Amino acid sequence: MVSQASAFVVGVVSTVAFFALFLGSRETRHEVTDDQEHLFYAAYLLCLAGLLGMAITGDAFNVFVFLEISSLSSYALVAMGNRRRAFSAAFNYLILGTIGGTFVLIGIGLLYQVTGTLNAQDIAQRVQTLENVAHDTHNRTLLVAFAFMVVGLGLKLAVFPLHQWLPGAYAEAPAAVSAFLAGTATKVIYFQLLRTTVVFFGAAHVFGALRFGSHVLMPLSVVGMFVGSLAAVYQPTLKRMLAYSSVGQVGYLTLALSFGTEEGVTAGLLHLGAHALTKAGLFVVVAVIVAGIGSNRIGALAGLGKRMPLTAFAFVLGGVGLIGVPGTAGFISKWALLQAAFDSEHYVVAGLVLLSSLVAVVYVWRIVEVMYFRAPDPDAAPITFGRTVEDKLAITAAVVLLGATLVFGLFPAQVHELAADAAHQLFLEPEAVVSPLPVHGGAHR
Amino acid sequence: MKDFAELLFPGELMLLGALLVPLVRGKLRSALVVLLPILSLGQLLLLDLGHDATTTLAGFHLHLVRVDSLSRIFGIVFHIAAVLCCIYALHVKKALEHVATLVYAGSAIAATFAGDLISLFVFWELTALSSVFLIWARGLTDPARKERAYRVGMRYLIVQVGSGVLLLMGILLHLSDTGSYSFVRMGLEASRGAPFIFVAFGIKAAFPLLHNWVQDAYPEATVSGTVVLASFTTKLAIYALARGFAGTELLIPIGAVMTVFPIFYAVLENDLRRVLAYSLNNQLGYMIVGIGLGTELALNGAAAHAFAHILYKGLLLMSMGAVLYRTGTVDASRLGGLHKSMPLTTVFCIIGALSISAFPGLSGFVTKSMIVSGVGEAHLPIVFGVLLFASAGVCDHSGIKVPFFAFFAHDQGWRVKEAPLHMLIAMGVAAALCIGIGVFPGLLYEYLPYPDVAAEYHAYEFTHVLTMLELLMFAGLAFVVLMKLGVYPPELPSVNVDSDWVYRKIAPEVVRDGYGLATYARVRAWNAALAVRNAFLHLLAVHHTPPRGKLGEPWSPSATTLWAALLLGIVLLLHYA
Repeated sequence: MVSQASAFVVGVVSTVAFFALFLGSRETRHEVTDDQEHLFYAAYLLCLAGLLGMAITGDAFNVFVFLEISSLSSYALVAMGNRRRAFSAAFNYLILGTIGGTFVLIGIGLLYQVTGTLNAQDIAQRVQTLENVAHDTHNRTLLVAFAFMVVGLGLKLAVFPLHQWLPGAYAEAPAAVSAFLAGTATKVIYFQLLRTTVVFFGAAHVFGALRFGSHVLMPLSVVGMFVGSLAAVYQPTLKRMLAYSSVGQVGYLTLALSFGTEEGVTAGLLHLGAHALTKAGLFVVVAVIVAGIGSNRIGALAGLGKRMPLTAFAFVLGGVGLIGVPGTAGFISKWALLQAAFDSEHYVVAGLVLLSSLVAVVYVWRIVEVMYFRAPDPDAAPITFGRTVEDKLAITAAVVLLGATLVFGLFPAQVHELAADAAHQLFLEPEAVVSPLPVHGGAHR
Repeated sequence: MKDFAELLFPGELMLLGALLVPLVRGKLRSALVVLLPILSLGQLLLLDLGHDATTTLAGFHLHLVRVDSLSRIFGIVFHIAAVLCCIYALHVKKALEHVATLVYAGSAIAATFAGDLISLFVFWELTALSSVFLIWARGLTDPARKERAYRVGMRYLIVQVGSGVLLLMGILLHLSDTGSYSFVRMGLEASRGAPFIFVAFGIKAAFPLLHNWVQDAYPEATVSGTVVLASFTTKLAIYALARGFAGTELLIPIGAVMTVFPIFYAVLENDLRRVLAYSLNNQLGYMIVGIGLGTELALNGAAAHAFAHILYKGLLLMSMGAVLYRTGTVDASRLGGLHKSMPLTTVFCIIGALSISAFPGLSGFVTKSMIVSGVGEAHLPIVFGVLLFASAGVCDHSGIKVPFFAFFAHDQGWRVKEAPLHMLIAMGVAAALCIGIGVFPGLLYEYLPYPDVAAEYHAYEFTHVLTMLELLMFAGLAFVVLMKLGVYPPELPSVNVDSDWVYRKIAPEVVRDGYGLATYARVRAWNAALAVRNAFLHLLAVHHTPPRGKLGEPWSPSATTLWAALLLGIVLLLHYA
């Protein structure tokens, strides 16, 4: 059975992947060389298949299989960037991604050894028997499995301080790939982290007895929020700015989880959706800007408000979504996050979340100032963008993705309900799919 | 007609209309820009007192419109200010500034009518995000100031959004304590969130030590931008304080301090628009004292003074804007003798100056005296004395100094044209309103929060008039004496805050020592704070700026792997924690 949370993530991922592909024909013309066109589409679809599989599977081993499918194809996609640096970025991504994948595999292996099953529901049920908080029974193998899994997923998710592969990969990949990965890859991994902590190992155990939320995830999230956003302020190009902002946004995601409450997970899922649409939309806008003026250096954006008014406005729209201005989906998710923080009485953390959005104001409004208040370079070549079908497709993708953030920002009721139901379902007592085996500590089938 | 007016919330017309401005050009745009606030004012006047409108949006039950006597008076004056600002800014060719003005004014108006804290927050933030463009636009007309405009704007934005962030924090805490987010009188003790909301309002109301953004940012905006900025943000905060914190006694000392301390800086300052920014603080102080008293008379006074203040402060800034527009400077040391070439502007400026000095017969007198009477009724002799002293000070720097150095003093040889027609119209209307309110105060009193109380109040009582005239005479005398002795400070092209020796000749002993010490302490504290801030920013920049800053640059895989191993160890140790 597909859980509501899976369905939610699958919905987000498919939407983003579909619209990011609107950039495909333009990319294959401008960034990806002709002889690689078929490879580009093949890798793109493989990656998408892997991500969707990971989101929807109810089998722990298949999580690893799909993770590797999506990862391997995404390394190839990043390497298709047209600068030579793309290779080193992809290599960096490959090494760290593989380490992360291996950690996850080790974790799953240990889990299998202890529980004797790979079915997600069964794992949850048997772990609960083994790790009975009330009876103070512990299983050391389980702890090691947990450690490997969360660190592996943390690496793939780019949780601070395991985030440094992300800026390079997002900045050097072709624009369609950046938009695609930013809106999907980390989101699916985040969902895996939710499942691992809340379902597999049980929220009561992970956040209660182990204090994983308060002792590890929360401090890292808070630091990540600030480091990511501050680094974004000082970046020289738009793509890297957005990539570092993603590191900050991952901080919000993991912070929402770290409360270990249903409200927190609701906020996390909402932010997953909001940020996927916003960031993917922004990367599409960047692709349009690069197509228009041939650069994404922030200095080159001078006068863009005049030269490409619609595009510049779309960027502002996405930017206010990142800040979390009311009326955008970013506000809805941030509001939910703050409420979750208040409900679990983390007032200081709530204050820090608000403070970090101030940093977001700086990195977004810095771009706005350049676009609207700097005179364009008089020697700049005239913009011929917007004539061809490809260009129109690209603009459509940006408008749809960013428009969707406004729609969800203004009418969030259904989405909010969906996320709340999904979170509720994740927190339900696990039911066995097959009859529970009598389990002994460290037993294997 | 009325049904039609009830379709939109006040300010919505301007918010939506602003989007049309970039689409039209020339005369049509000018007409649109001026018509939008006028139509919006008409809409407001059609709404009944007690009209309410609610809507459910984004999962919140928003009380979007609440027309009562308090919100209506602020709404009306915000509209008048918006009309005047839009007329005054007609020389601006770029659509951006018009759009920013309309959105900013529209959101300030919408915030005034917001009956719940969520809508208040939304419009509160919108005023911040839209108004910064008025500062950045200075860089467009004056390329030499581009970098400076950017930095000032960014500082301003951070302060403003910071206030919004505190407000949101306060709202959330308030909500979790009381379960309600309706915006009614709360006081500091209502919830754990109330102090946060109070400080958020206080930042925008420029409480002492939270005030620097006003003097920092306002004089740096464009010719018309400064007028626009000075009309809305701080007065919106005054409204919010009057709504949420009327009768909070803490406001009385805060307001009293605000009336006094900017005077000294204002007298020393060379940039005449900055002088007016300082005196803005001082005027806000009166309103805050009135709100702190919380009596019906004092609240009437606060609302009325805000009304009059927006008009005469706008008028003064418009006249200085006209000077800046024609001469390119508003430095006292470089101006003088302009009355020959800009006679009408001179007259308007003097009317504004007399109003702010509360000269009997003009608007400032009939409103300020209400607050002062409120203080008298409450038997607070010290506050009363402070306010009177501050009145003399206002007269000195805004009433005499501004017109004197700009239009009279030494003729510096400026031979420029009179201000453009649209500016003269805007100033003329503002001046007429200043006189109108001064002569027929009853017209304004009808619209005050407590009209019954206001109807019984007589501004032109013998003692009020006499006290005020004496004060004004004293201030005028002091100015003349100082000028004759040749020691009035602002003709120095650069202002030295330590040159306070002038005041030692006349200022009371207490003030003298207090001021000298305060200046010294302030300069030292400011320098220390700056050093700490710079060191902090430097540290941030060093660590986040690629390629040398490690936090802003991809690491090698080995470093990240090391971290992964470390983290694995930490998670494993959780078991034993």
